[in-house]
Amino acid sequence: MDLQTTIYLVVGLSFSLYIGIAIWARAGSTSEFYAAGGAIGPKMNGMATAADWMSAASFISMAGLIANMGYGGGLFLMGWTGGYVLLAMLLAPYLRKFGKFTVPQFIGDRFYSKSASTLAVVCLLTASTTYIIGQMTGVGVAFSRFLNVSSDTGIYIGQAIVFLYAVFGGMKGITYTQVAQYIVLIFAYTIPAIFISLQLTGNPLPQLGLGGSFSGTDMTLLAKLDQVVSDLGFGKYTTTTAGSTLNMFVYTLSLMIGTAGLPHVIMRFFTVPSVKDARSSAGWALIFIAILYTTAPAVAAMAKLNLHATVNTAVKAGGDLYAPEASLKHADRPDWMKRWEKTGLLKFEDKNGDGRIQFYNDKTKNADAKAKMDAAGWKGNELTVNADIMVMANPEIALLPNWVIALVAAGGLAAALSTAAGLLMAISSAVSHDLVKGVFAPNISEKNELLTGKIAMAVAIVISGWLGLNPPGFAAGTVALAFGIAASSLFPAIMMGIFSKTMNKQGAMAGMLAGLLVTLFYVFAHKGIFFVKGTEFINSIGGANSFFGITPEAFGAVGALVNFIVAILVAKLTRPVPDHVRAMVEAVRIPRGSTTVTGAH
Amino acid sequence: MQHDSQGYWKATLGLLSRILVIWFACSFGAGILFADALNNVKLGGYPLGFWFAHQGSIYIFIALIFYYAKKMGDIDRQFDVEEK
Repeated sequence: MDLQTTIYLVVGLSFSLYIGIAIWARAGSTSEFYAAGGAIGPKMNGMATAADWMSAASFISMAGLIANMGYGGGLFLMGWTGGYVLLAMLLAPYLRKFGKFTVPQFIGDRFYSKSASTLAVVCLLTASTTYIIGQMTGVGVAFSRFLNVSSDTGIYIGQAIVFLYAVFGGMKGITYTQVAQYIVLIFAYTIPAIFISLQLTGNPLPQLGLGGSFSGTDMTLLAKLDQVVSDLGFGKYTTTTAGSTLNMFVYTLSLMIGTAGLPHVIMRFFTVPSVKDARSSAGWALIFIAILYTTAPAVAAMAKLNLHATVNTAVKAGGDLYAPEASLKHADRPDWMKRWEKTGLLKFEDKNGDGRIQFYNDKTKNADAKAKMDAAGWKGNELTVNADIMVMANPEIALLPNWVIALVAAGGLAAALSTAAGLLMAISSAVSHDLVKGVFAPNISEKNELLTGKIAMAVAIVISGWLGLNPPGFAAGTVALAFGIAASSLFPAIMMGIFSKTMNKQGAMAGMLAGLLVTLFYVFAHKGIFFVKGTEFINSIGGANSFFGITPEAFGAVGALVNFIVAILVAKLTRPVPDHVRAMVEAVRIPRGSTTVTGAH
Repeated sequence: MQHDSQGYWKATLGLLSRILVIWFACSFGAGILFADALNNVKLGGYPLGFWFAHQGSIYIFIALIFYYAKKMGDIDRQFDVEEK
């Protein structure tokens, strides 16, 4: 069977599975729609959380980013997993005990204020909407590349599938489909990695292979990689940091706090039966996430070494990397390079006209390497490789069978669809439950609220699809904003709501606003006001990364700090918390008396 | 029975601080601030600081959450506030 037919078959099978599950798990009540009836066990909830959390970015882009960044890429690995420790201990069990459907509802009740709840809705909608644009674009790209349809058609198909199981199934349908999607995506990620680890190190476990020795040599894989990339003028793989050490520190912290504050992740912990389950479910989620996250650095390093070994025979055989015959003749390049050249994600330009591929860093500061490159007559780097290729072309680079390549296609789509569905759920519950029921029509019947929720979700699917079709040109930059908002506004407010009995309405709202505004200010200064090109005001804040060299992506932690400080100061100067709220905090802190989640206000 | 809510909360916060110290030490400490020094030590083919940043922290995070879940269960029972 040829590759294209195999891909259609595998992707088609996975889609019919999702739709079958959706028909089986229709939501009948608001409780099932918003929180799956509070009946999902901790392991299954952990698996669904993992699929919800791991997006197209984790699946397709992360390993490529790490391959480029080396050691510094560890900030994604630590940042996107360490947040679960904070979530498990500081937020999840208490929000589960609180027993309501949404994050804004907690903020509104705890800070006894409709305005606080509305402010939280605004933060939630901004964070979730910016996040979902990237997912929809990812769905389109994945469809177009794997199924040979246009990116637009891809988005229409993606919208239709998500519509089917999210609108009818609500949280219940989404949860069960996410479990299936997790299984598809984790096999798709690990199977190629196991094959490649076996080929390069003889060890089937990529996590051990990365620390193993490079087959056919007496060097370890990482030492070999360090040597090859530094000879070719790149930074050493195992030590190159992401900017300054301070920036890496703050960046990691921002991702951790942002992870713990993202509403579509927090919301998953409303679906378990008890407080006890909420605690352990975060651990299960992290185990399922870790299977991919500990494989990713191995995929990154091995794909990088494989790529260099493909274009330079001296990498594998030893000997002189700069020898003319070591560089691969362009005419002899393998089939997968020809395929990816067609997509434009891999480009070759023969700068010195010798018909061979020289792939190296021509802007190196390593004088020794520079001299050897000049002596070899190299006239500049000739190969540009898009980072996203690392995962998607991985099975082809390792010459794996067609069904593995088809599985990777299905896995990429599963990752994008599962995250999109989780985000849609967060958006729809904020609109129907917190805005319509909470503010505009408090007396709405359960049946009508359910209908409103479904309509809100359908509208959100159409809008996010439209934004995916006409990306506003800022999709990549907005992920920083989503994390920045979650870290600087939502996380501190929820945490203080639980851990402080004296934090009052004024303090919490001032803190959220201050954290949000200072983060927006810094991000907009770098990327333009609401990401409109040409409105950057970078010079008026003293140049790029002027705040201690911190990049805008890493600024969320600073915003969170501002939030905490402002909130505490304002709370000291304003009226204390009413007694019934103190009693509520007291009740939220202990597990006894927890009930199924409900929507009652 | 009247719950000792202050004692319960104190025990909870104590557990949280112990876990956060380890959480910080393995990721921000070993993985970032002291990574260079630790890289002189090898764990198999891994430089140790690099291992903490790319592998070790994640394993420790998992262990921390399950340790927390277990210990919190003990504290709940000790102060008689567990779910019935």
